[in-house]
Order: sequence, then structure tokens, then C-alpha cells
Amino acid sequence: MSNQHMGKAVPHDSAAKHVTGQAIYIDDIVLPAGHLHGYVSMSPKAHAQITSMDLSAVRTSPGVAAVISATDVPGAIDIGPVLPGDPVLADGWVEYAGQALFAVAAGTESEARAAAKRADITYDDLDAILDIETARAQGSYIVEPYAITVGDAQAALAKSANQLSGKLAIGGQDHFYLEGQVAVAMPGEDGDMLIYSSTQHPSELQHLVAKVLGKSSKDVTVEVRRMGGAFGGKETQAAPVACQAALLATATGRVVKVRLDRDDDMMATGKRHPFHVNWRVGFDADGVLDAAAFDYLADCGYSPDLSLAILDRALFHADNGYFLKNALIRGFACKTNKVSMTAFRGFGGPQGMLGIEAVIDDIARHLGIDRLDVTKRNLYGRDGTRDATPYGQRVEDNILPELIDQLEASSDYRQRRTEITAFNASHSHLKRGLALTPLKFGISFTATFLNQAGALVHVYNDGSIQLNHGGTEMGQGLNTKVAQVVADEFGVPLDAIKITATHTGKVPNTSATAASSGTDLNGMAARDAAQTIKARLAAFAAEQLGADGENLSYADGNVLIGEKTLTFAGFVRQAYMHRISLSASGFYATPKITYDPATRQGRPFFYYAYGAAVSEVVVDALTGEHRVLRADILHDAGRSLNPALDLGQIEGGYIQGLGWLTTEELWWDGEGNLKTHAPSTYKIPAAGDLPADFRVAFFQGENREDNIGRSKAVGEPPLMLASSAFFAIRDAVASVAGNRLNPSLDTPATPEKVLMAIEDIKQRRDTEQ
Amino acid sequence: MTKIRFLHRGEIREIHDPDPNLTVLRWLRENEGLTGTKEGCAEGDCGACTVVLGSLDAEDQLIYRAVNSCILLLPVLDGKQLIAIEDIGTPDDLHPVQDAMVASHGSQCGFCTPGFVASLFAEYHAEAPATDQRALAQSLAGNLCRCTGYRPILDAGLAALKTAGKDKFQARRADTISQLKAIERAGTLTTNYGGRSYSAPQTIEDLAALFEASPDAKLLAGGTDIGLEITKGRRSLDTIIYTGMVRDLTEVTTNETAITIGAAAPYTDAVPALTKDFPEASELFSRLGAVQVRNLGTLGGNIANASPIGDTPPVLIALSADLVLRQGKNERQIAIETFFTDYRQTVLRPGEFIARIIVPRRNQANLYGFYKLTKRFDQDISAVCGGFCLTVRDDVVTEARLAFGGMAATPKRGHTAEKMLIGQPWNGASADLAATALGDDFTPLSDFRASADYRRLSAQNLLRRFWLDTDPARDAQPTGVLDYV
Ligand SMILES: Cc1cc2nc3c(=O)[nH]c(=O)nc-3n(C[C@H](O)[C@H](O)[C@H](O)COP(=O)(O)OP(=O)(O)OC[C@H]3O[C@@H](n4cnc5c(N)ncnc54)[C@H](O)[C@@H]3O)c2cc1C
Ligand code: FES
Ligand code: FES
Repeated sequence: MSNQHMGKAVPHDSAAKHVTGQAIYIDDIVLPAGHLHGYVSMSPKAHAQITSMDLSAVRTSPGVAAVISATDVPGAIDIGPVLPGDPVLADGWVEYAGQALFAVAAGTESEARAAAKRADITYDDLDAILDIETARAQGSYIVEPYAITVGDAQAALAKSANQLSGKLAIGGQDHFYLEGQVAVAMPGEDGDMLIYSSTQHPSELQHLVAKVLGKSSKDVTVEVRRMGGAFGGKETQAAPVACQAALLATATGRVVKVRLDRDDDMMATGKRHPFHVNWRVGFDADGVLDAAAFDYLADCGYSPDLSLAILDRALFHADNGYFLKNALIRGFACKTNKVSMTAFRGFGGPQGMLGIEAVIDDIARHLGIDRLDVTKRNLYGRDGTRDATPYGQRVEDNILPELIDQLEASSDYRQRRTEITAFNASHSHLKRGLALTPLKFGISFTATFLNQAGALVHVYNDGSIQLNHGGTEMGQGLNTKVAQVVADEFGVPLDAIKITATHTGKVPNTSATAASSGTDLNGMAARDAAQTIKARLAAFAAEQLGADGENLSYADGNVLIGEKTLTFAGFVRQAYMHRISLSASGFYATPKITYDPATRQGRPFFYYAYGAAVSEVVVDALTGEHRVLRADILHDAGRSLNPALDLGQIEGGYIQGLGWLTTEELWWDGEGNLKTHAPSTYKIPAAGDLPADFRVAFFQGENREDNIGRSKAVGEPPLMLASSAFFAIRDAVASVAGNRLNPSLDTPATPEKVLMAIEDIKQRRDTEQ
Repeated sequence: MTKIRFLHRGEIREIHDPDPNLTVLRWLRENEGLTGTKEGCAEGDCGACTVVLGSLDAEDQLIYRAVNSCILLLPVLDGKQLIAIEDIGTPDDLHPVQDAMVASHGSQCGFCTPGFVASLFAEYHAEAPATDQRALAQSLAGNLCRCTGYRPILDAGLAALKTAGKDKFQARRADTISQLKAIERAGTLTTNYGGRSYSAPQTIEDLAALFEASPDAKLLAGGTDIGLEITKGRRSLDTIIYTGMVRDLTEVTTNETAITIGAAAPYTDAVPALTKDFPEASELFSRLGAVQVRNLGTLGGNIANASPIGDTPPVLIALSADLVLRQGKNERQIAIETFFTDYRQTVLRPGEFIARIIVPRRNQANLYGFYKLTKRFDQDISAVCGGFCLTVRDDVVTEARLAFGGMAATPKRGHTAEKMLIGQPWNGASADLAATALGDDFTPLSDFRASADYRRLSAQNLLRRFWLDTDPARDAQPTGVLDYV
């Protein structure tokens, strides 16, 4: 197989459309005259019984075509993706401020909004649980607490030479995709529904729309050309607006668009789970862990959504890259009266890793050893020992020791450490900090059955190709990568291939484009489809052209058949004339993975992706302000399919992670109202937050598993590289008190949190003396 | 019936009595079907809706400025050129900044991209386009991207800006100028749409007369505060008087004793005069909003808005600025610190407006310091803002003005702390004394921007930081984290 495109820095297939404003998003679609705008009214209460809902004034408001509440839903009200718990419209009570109450369709959005204001709703307030600790105290859980265990943590702890405990509160994160949630519902004949949605999960959305309409999946079609960003926030969270639009379209027989403005989007839709991590560890004089006990408490919000899988993944990443001989890792899925927290790049993994990185940090300071040395001493082994994870999977390709050594050298870690120590000793209120953090991230959906994908490839008899697969394009460049795979299979230039919108009518029963799996799964499925067609072409060539089927080769727009060269177009034309089918579907199911949820043991992941980063920060001890001065990243993308797109994921992931850990603060008031619900109050990184010195490199290597092109998934893992910045801040804070005491610093490390941590550590230092 | 006239897509567009509450973004997307410009927030904070306005300056030179179309009201376009993403280039004919964006892989999901391209386009036509990462990051601080992490966008921008000024817009410059001259308006523009009226007077006399006659009208300057009343508050503004065309209100002049800033001069025009005398304020002003907001927003709007967290009042109080207020034919001059009476309350009478701000020139005996504390450095509202000015004679503080925003219901001086300093030498110990006294001056609130504790402590520390910044023995060592980048 020629390798014309795979491995090349091909630009995103929509790049020229992006930069000229010609890429079409849902809100840009020209809709037929007479279409309506839907607006969904939201609960002002965090927890209340709805005692009455009078919508008569809403109905008579100007421009209104339909008003629906739960009682008007023809099918099922619950649209929980895995477990029930998410009503499409409130059904008698509300469980978070921002929950959908009823929906209005009107000629314009402002008419719909104005109408909604006229609703007369009365409530009986109920007690609201607004934080993790209260939920735990009251035993308010989505499921009963559970644990992953290996060895005997309690016994080992008791015997350990050194013990430490600590806790870390980890903030949530809003996705802040630039394009908010939006869907258009177009009613057809027989009550069929065509949905244009900005969703990562067209198949689930199709299923849920059918469910609320009281129909089946065959009656509903979902199309997604592209999303204006998603990051996990459009895995399950795209469904409510699509279902509401479909209900309004059914009620009116007209096309309905529902689009959340930024504030509504941020108040109504799920976010990254806030976590509390409490830990107790035992370790030897070198800082090597003997035993670790972790409690991970996730704020799941009011409903299960994907929380269980997310908590699972947090627990699966409680080891990060470190060997835990004896571990007790407990998970608590706390139910609170907040929006239901959901998937977000990393899917619990980042919170899982942050816990043990705090442990490494504290051990290092406790023993007076550089955290890099404690990191290295605890890594998984490479020789078949110290390689079992707490859930029983073996770490077969542990490249972290090598990767970290390379980064340590290329970043001048040791020398900078010396310089920084000298700087901090000489400077009154500016303190610098440095940290290296590694990452190991498991690739595969932990629910094994989701690891499947389909594709559909049509070769037209002029030699052009239409490619469709079950994955969705959200900016990551999935379509480009899959096209690179197919172009190389057929030896044609990229512009011979048209990548079309994802469409449930073309590829059915797809999994969400999530878990970093988009290219792994869909690339393989598309290749399978292409190879099916190629097998038919080989048989045709053998039969009709007398060629040895094995000897067909495709390159540069030509097909080499034995000695003969035909153009690809000419060849497929001949095949067509001989009535050979030039269209095929492809399928892929990830091999090797098995996991038993009952024992919590198995091999949930096909492989691991690795990386490490060194961040250096400067902190102002008078104000708590801080800045990342330099970041060095070494990341493992296997044999990258497209280094330009992969670099984009790495850099974008780091900056997004930096936002999560430093500036992005979700702030709920005492009544459970989110007060940071727009960019004026919720601060994602801006261009100036890019480290002035930013050095990103790929680790040279390839995937030991037979993944597409020996590449590795790169969507989620880089987000966790930003933990290096958080621990660098912690390092700078600790330097205020001589680098001996462990700072109490939670995330996001806003200037306020940093200044308060500095005050706290100064006080502890002073009382100690 | 009146029509507004502006230049769009090479042609003069005329719109009869437009809805003055219609934003340029909605007009583009809904009325014109030009959907390349995106809405990411509808509050001026994300830049997805960025478009470029062309206008003529006092010397009839064409200047291009990036603005947020989501909070820009349509009639404000009168007399200007509007450039949206569709006009900058097409896939077959990419503008140099677009070409560079593709080559640098500067787009992922692409939703922020048209806004970045518009901002880069304006930068491409700037007098002195950015030449390094930090400067360009400043110019792009009003554009958020959630996907890329900005590096490829900054690379693209820096590459494209090397050839800045060489595009088809430059080639058409003379034509554009004559088209703009052709639509210049002589008198007051007045439009009526349903019950909504919009007037744009050109002289201070006309403005005064109009406002006196309808004191319930809303004055519109840059609209970066009141634009949000429409897009976020979802209120309708029925009578609007636009101040942006009033010559006397948009002038900025400096003489021997004072810098005089017209209340309706956008920051972009007003700030250079201030930072020339007071370079200590440069960082604060570069972090007030971002380019798009500073291209529209005004000092007059910031002051009249009377927000306790507005950035210019503490600065201006520290600088002993005066305001000239006008009502009808009468003008009165007051010290800015007497302007604010209570939470969002001012001394303005019905029909009275701020005409100009008078800032005394730099006094060499004075020490100045201006500070803004935020969660994110760029384009963020202050948790605490401090404007400080000390007069030190014969090594003793003779006058002190320590003004704060974010610490009380109004921008306010810390009189107790000031008193502590009078008669003292200015040193670290005095700064500590003043910091402690500040505790008696303010009882700040807790909210989502900061807790009361942080506000109090960081405000105190800003006085310490002020000492470090003004310490005569200070070596070249940086005192703030931004000095490092
Ligand atoms: C994204 C964004 C970021 C921002 N960042 C900051 C920031 O960092 N710091 C900060 O302080 N502010 C910030 N603001 C707020 C705003 O930009 C400023 O307050 C700005 O100075 C307002 O000026 P304007 O001309 O836009 O006022 P407008 O919105 O036009 O008017 C504001 C108010 O002042 C009145 N008014 C205007 N001119 C006069 C006059 N001459 N006489 C009497 N009344 C008048 C208006 O009627 C209105 O009530 C930000 C706003 C946005 C959208
Ligand atoms: S839409 Fe965000 S700034 Fe205008
Ligand atoms: S490319 Fe997606 S927000 Fe910038």
C-alpha cells in the first residue's frame, strides 16, 4: 500500500471554508419560509415540586404557534442516555436551576421568549443539595459507592514507614464550545422527522427523538455536517434541544429550530464533573508507594447521564503512570441539585490523575526530594514486573521512563530547577515554580460494546469517491484523517474523495465520536469498506483482465495490474461495465478488550497513550496572579496520521486544560444558580495565556497494537498535560515557606486561590517556628 | 422617512428607518443571509462576531477597526464602511491573512475563525501591525478560540502581517475614501421605526438641545454597556441619541495644563494621550476590554455607567480629573470623585450629560500606580482596581489619592489610608501602615469575581506593590508577573 497521505500534515478539509465564513453550521442553514423558533423555559429553582403550571397566557402571546409541556409529549418523557433520569420537559418537579420546564414555538425567537415570560408556575420548594460533602453526608448517590482494589491497602498502609494524607477539590469546567447547542427539526410525511443537529452522537439522538415522539428509529434521520466545537459537551447534551425541536415540529407540522444562547446553554447543559479527592498513602524513604487509598467523590448533578462511566474512568486513572501494589480506590457518585455533569475531554481521567499527582507532589516535598525523582521511582516497570494496573490490565508498552528522560533533557529540567531555586531565594514576592507531570491514558470506551464503528464508501464510475462514516466532525479533523486512509487505500489524490455529512441513514447504530476513538474506529471501518471494494476489484481483474489479484497496486491515481497500468477511473469504469458493485459498507470492532464490571477487572483498554509536560510559572505572592512562562511537551501519538492535526490537538488540549486548572471557575450561589454563565464571567484562556515559550514535540514511536496506521488516539490525552502548570504553581506557592510544607491549593488555581494558599502556608510556617 | 447610508460590498447601501435595536450581526445573518459572521455570546466577549468598520479620521485618512457586531446597533453604521468575512476573501481568492490561517492550520472547528480573520484583517491595516507574539496576542485578546490553543493563529497572523497593507482593499483605498466622503452627513440623522427613534447629532449644541427636550432618551456612545441591555437584558431602547458623531465629544486635546478627552472618544483614540503622560497606566488600559471593545467603548460611557467595577474611575480619581457636565446651554465642572453618589447613582440631572473629562498633566513630584486584578489577564472585569497618586516633597508624602474600584458600592478613595501616609516618608513601612488602615476604609462584598477577603487583602497588597514599583532604589527587577512575558 502506498503511503501518499497518511503521516502527512494535510490541512483540515474545511480550512478554506472556515477562514472565509463559508463553512455551514446548523444556525446557517437556510430554512423554508414559515419555519419557527423554539424557546425552552428554564427552572429558576434548584429543587421544587411544581404545584401548578398555567401556560394559557403563553399560548395567546403574539406569534406563538405551539406550547408544550411534559403532558404533551406523545412518547416517553425520559431521555436519559444510559439510565433514566433526564426528562425532556419537567414532569411534576424540578431538580436543578436551569432545567427545561416547557417549550414554545413562535415566529421569531424574541416572540417565543416574550411568550415564555407569561407563564404562571407555582412551586413548593424542597431542600436542595448543592455540594459534594452534603451529598455524602446524606448518602445522596446516583449508585452505591464502589471500589477497585488490588492487594491489601489497609494492611500495607499500617506497615508503611511514612504516611501522608491529603485532599484536593477539583473544579468543574464548562465546554464553552463556540457554537452553542442547536438543532433543526423538519417534519416529513408519516410523521417522519429529519434532524439537523450539532451532536457527537447522531445515533443516540435519533433513538431519543424517536422515543419522545413515540416512534421508532427508522422514522427519524439525523444529519451532522460539522460542529463548532464539542469536547464531550455534545455527546448527550445535544439531545434535549433536538428532542424539544422535534416535539414542537410535530405539534405544529412546521420546521422548528431550537438554539440556546450562551447564557441558556451554560445554565442548562452539563459540564465536567467537579470532584473531591481524599487520599492516604504509605511510602518508603525513597518516596516509593507501598499503599494508596483514594476516595473519589464526583459531583454528578441531578441525574446519571454518563456519570458512572466517567467515575469509572476516574478510578481507572487513579494510578496515572504509577504502579500501585496495594490500592483501595473508591468512587462516590454524588447526586446534587445541579445540572447533570457530563462528558468532557478526558471523561473523568483528568480528575483521576490529578489525585495521584497531588500525592506524588506531597511525598516529594515531605521527603525533600525533587518531584521528578519521586515520579520516576513510582512509574510502572518495563520488564514484566510492576506492570499490573489496579484493574488487572498489564501495561505492556510502558514508554514513560524513556519519554520522561527525553523531556527532562530537552527541557533542561535540572538546570532550570537550580536557577529557579536561586531566583526564589533572592526575590521578595515573585516566585517561580517548575513541574513535570506524566500521563498515561487508556484508549477505548470502557463499555466494551461501544467499541465498534461503520463506514460507507461509494466509488462512482468516474473514479470519484464518496466517503461516509459514523464519526462526527467537531474540529478535530476526523474527516480529513479518514479521507487520508481511504485515499491511500485507492491510491487516489485527496480531492478525489468527498467526505459527506454524518447521516444515520448511511451508517446506522454508531457510537458517539468520543473517548478519543474517532479515528481509530472510523478509520478502520472506512479501510474495511475500501478493502471490500478492492477485493471485488481484484476478483474482477483476475477474472476479466487475467491479472493475479494479489498483484494489484494502487498509487498516484493509477492501478498497476501486473505489467499494465490503468487509471483508477478507467479501471473502476471497466468494473462497473462488468457489473461489479463499487459500494461497500465497512465495520470494525476493537479487538482484545474485555472487562468485567462485576469484578472490576479485565482489559478495558486496547492500548495506552502517553505524554509528559514541563511547565514553568511565575507567581506574584502579593496578588496571587500567575503566568506560565514556558511549557515543554513531549507527546505520544504513535505514528501520527497527520502531525498538523495532532499538534493542534496537543496544543489545544494543553491550553484547555490550563483553563480548567487556572481561570475557569464555575460559581453557584447559595440557591444553586450558576452565576458564571457567559464569557464575561467565565474565563477561558485567551491568546495572551499561551506560554511565551511553548515547545511541543512528538515522541518517536509507533503503536504496538495494530491500530490504524500504528497511530495513537490524541483527542483527549493532551488536556492532562496542563496538570504540570498546576503543580508548578503549587511549587511556587510552596517556595514561600521554604518548599517544606504542602500548600492547600484547590483548582481552579485562580489568583484568589493562590493568594489564599500563600497566606495559609505563611501562617503554618510561622506557627511552626 | 430617513435612510441611513453605509458602504458594504463596494456599494452604498441605503436602509430606510432601520430598527435602531437591530444589531449589525442580526442584520447580516437574518436580513442579508450573510451567515459567515457568527454569534458566540452576544455580549462582546468572544469575538466570533467581529467585523471591521472603515471610517475617515480627521485628516480624511481611511482607518479600519475591528468591532463586535453583536452589540453594534445598525444605524451606527451611517457614514461608515462595513467589512464582514464574506468581503475579505473567498476560497478561490483568499486574503493573505486567510491564506496564512490555512497554511498554519489555524482553524479546527472553524466557528471562531471568521472573527479571528476579521481581527487580523484590521491588524493588517493598522498603522503599526504587531510584530511579535505578545503584541499580536494583545490585538487578538477579544477573540476566543476553544480548539487551537492560539499558537497556530498567532503564527498565521505574524506571517501574514509581514506583508501587511498589500491587499485589494489597499488598492481600492482612494475609491473607498471618495465613497465615504460622498455619504458624509451634514446635520443630525433622525430615524423612526415603529415607536423607536434614533438621532445622531453632530454638534454639542444639537446634542444638548435634543437631550434636554427628551431627557428620557438613552444616550448611546460605544454601546459596549447598553448594547447588552438589548442582547442580554432583552429590553427595548425606544429613544436613542447617539453621541459618536458629535465632534466636540470625540476630540482629544492636550495643552500645557491638561489633557481634555471628549466623553464620546473611543478608548483607542483617548488612551494614547493619557498613557503618554502616565505610562504607568498602559498595562491597565491594554487590559480594559480588548481591541473590539476599546474601538467602541468610551470614557464617558464608563463613567456614566457608574459601575463600582469600572476601570477608569479609580484611574481618573487618582489623577484628580474633573468632569464637564452639560445640560442645555449650561455647563458645570465637578471633580470626578463627587460624581458617584451611590450604587450606580450619579449627580447627573435629567437631560444632562458628560461633555468631557479634564485630566491635569503629569506632575513630576507625583508618583503614580494603576492596577487591575482579574481572573484572566486579558478582557476581564476587575475584581479590584486601584489608581494611586502620591505627592512626595522633601521625602515626605504631602498628598495622597488612593482610589479603588470593586471595594465599595461606588469607586471610592481610601481616606483613612491616605491620612496615614501624609507626613510620612514613602517607603515599605509606610505602605504597610496604609495597607492596614485600608481595612477601615472598605468592607467589600463577596461574589463570583472574588471574595471579600481576597478583595481586602489584594487591595492592601497593591499598596505594597505600589511601593515596590516606585522605590527609587528599585533595580531592573520585574515586580509583576506580566513583566516576564
Ligand atoms: C467584552 C467587554 C469587556 C469589557 N471590559 C471592561 C473592562 O475591562 N473594564 C471596564 O471598566 N469596563 C469594561 N467593559 C464595559 C464597557 O466597555 C465600558 O464601561 C465602556 O467604557 C462603556 O462605554 P460605552 O461608550 O460603550 O458606553 P455605552 O454603552 O454607550 O453607555 C454606557 C452608559 O453611559 C451612558 N452614557 C454614555 N455616554 C454618556 C455621556 N457622554 N454622558 C452621560 N451618559 C453617557 C449611556 O446612556 C449608558 O447608560 C467591557 C464591556 C464589554 C462588552
Ligand atoms: S458574539 Fe461574542 S463578541 Fe459578539
Ligand atoms: S477553531 Fe474551534 S473555537 Fe477556534
